[in-house]
Amino acid sequence: MITKRIIACLDVHAGRVVKGVKFVDIVDAGDPATQAARHAREGADEIVLLDITATHEGRATLLDTVRRTAKELFVPFCVGGGIRTAQDAEQVFEAGADKVSVNSAALADPALIDAIGRSFGAQAVVVAIDARRDQKASDPVREAEVFVQGGRKPTGRRVVEWAREAEQRGAGEILLTSMDADGTRAGFDCELTAAVSEAVGIPVIASGGAGTVEHFCDVFRRGKADAALAASIFHFGISTSRGLKEELQRAGVSMRLPC
Amino acid sequence: MRVTVIDYKAGNLTSVLKALRHLGAEVEVTDTDLDLVERAERIVLPGVGHFAATKRLDETGLTGAIRSAIGRGVPFLGICVGMQWLYAGSTEAPEQRGLGAFAETCSRFTEGTEKIPHVGWNSLEVRKGSKLLAGVEPGEFVYFTHAYKGPVTANTAAVTEYIEPFAAAVERGNVMGVQFHPEKSGETGLKILRNFLGARP
Repeated sequence: MITKRIIACLDVHAGRVVKGVKFVDIVDAGDPATQAARHAREGADEIVLLDITATHEGRATLLDTVRRTAKELFVPFCVGGGIRTAQDAEQVFEAGADKVSVNSAALADPALIDAIGRSFGAQAVVVAIDARRDQKASDPVREAEVFVQGGRKPTGRRVVEWAREAEQRGAGEILLTSMDADGTRAGFDCELTAAVSEAVGIPVIASGGAGTVEHFCDVFRRGKADAALAASIFHFGISTSRGLKEELQRAGVSMRLPC
Repeated sequence: MRVTVIDYKAGNLTSVLKALRHLGAEVEVTDTDLDLVERAERIVLPGVGHFAATKRLDETGLTGAIRSAIGRGVPFLGICVGMQWLYAGSTEAPEQRGLGAFAETCSRFTEGTEKIPHVGWNSLEVRKGSKLLAGVEPGEFVYFTHAYKGPVTANTAAVTEYIEPFAAAVERGNVMGVQFHPEKSGETGLKILRNFLGARP
């Protein structure tokens, strides 16, 4: 039986894993290659590395980080942050990523999704969407607004409509972050996740709000997520993917175990 | 352990090369050099993306070179689209023929309530006698990402269920294929690649 995936996410700045609340009070959380290997060993089904600096000058550092991280990593590995062109994507693939995630650049130029998919296959393209419920809309959830630039800039695009376009253009997966839930540790936005998951035929990875095992249970059941991203709860050894997966399995969610 | 990996410009080879090298293999890559295929000790045909990409194998003459290598008993492993190419063809690109080592045709998962493509970790039911999957316990998980698949037949080495049972691995003598990605399937995947590297002509 297909299992639900637990994906460990590493935010990387200038070659180091960092952890902060909303980009404030950033704390050094170690070397990306070491952290990724640890997550894989501790049962993560996949690793996502997000470059939160994503500056032009930082590209060489990022590629070096990707290369070192990918070297001994034998689970799927996705890299995002600052990928603006198909050439940027190609460099990241050559450094050892299996998938790239695109966000702002795909909204600015949706044909980027087609271009990467044509060269590397749909399975290699993850479209990341940051969305916030729009209380003024007739359907605040389905018409949640899509933001770019780390949630600072509204785009006027609606989440369900953009996810569908991404799928049609050849995205292989959607990484959906609820800006309302992100950082709260109060649970995923299950309504938002379900609205997107039901609207597309490709897998949806839920992100933002994870705090407890029940939150993951909820987003897999009510939220109809295929995978869930976890960042904060894994850091500093607070919890491991294996521990989380064992509890989810006990709660009736199918997981890759033993792992 | 020397392995010749075929590059036919369908996706990214990095992960496959990295896993083979990690296991101590001496890896050479070819996209047009038929001599390398002539002299190959083992051949790996990776592949992600569209079945139509295998057209390049015909254009470069690799199809013929691989066919004769297989005829000489050179161990061959097709991964994902590389496995599908071992069949007669795929409904994904009906005009493009496969190698025909297995007579059936690959087809898309049946549309219904489940998502297509099949993406994620799923379990293997290994059939008795598989050399490629020796030591893989019932229910071990591997990573899949695909929308087309081969049917379950007498040559199926492992069955996985998603929407319907399909061939997760195919094997007849030294002709082997896996629908999943062993290079991305943790220790289970490395064990399978190690088995392949141990195969002798």
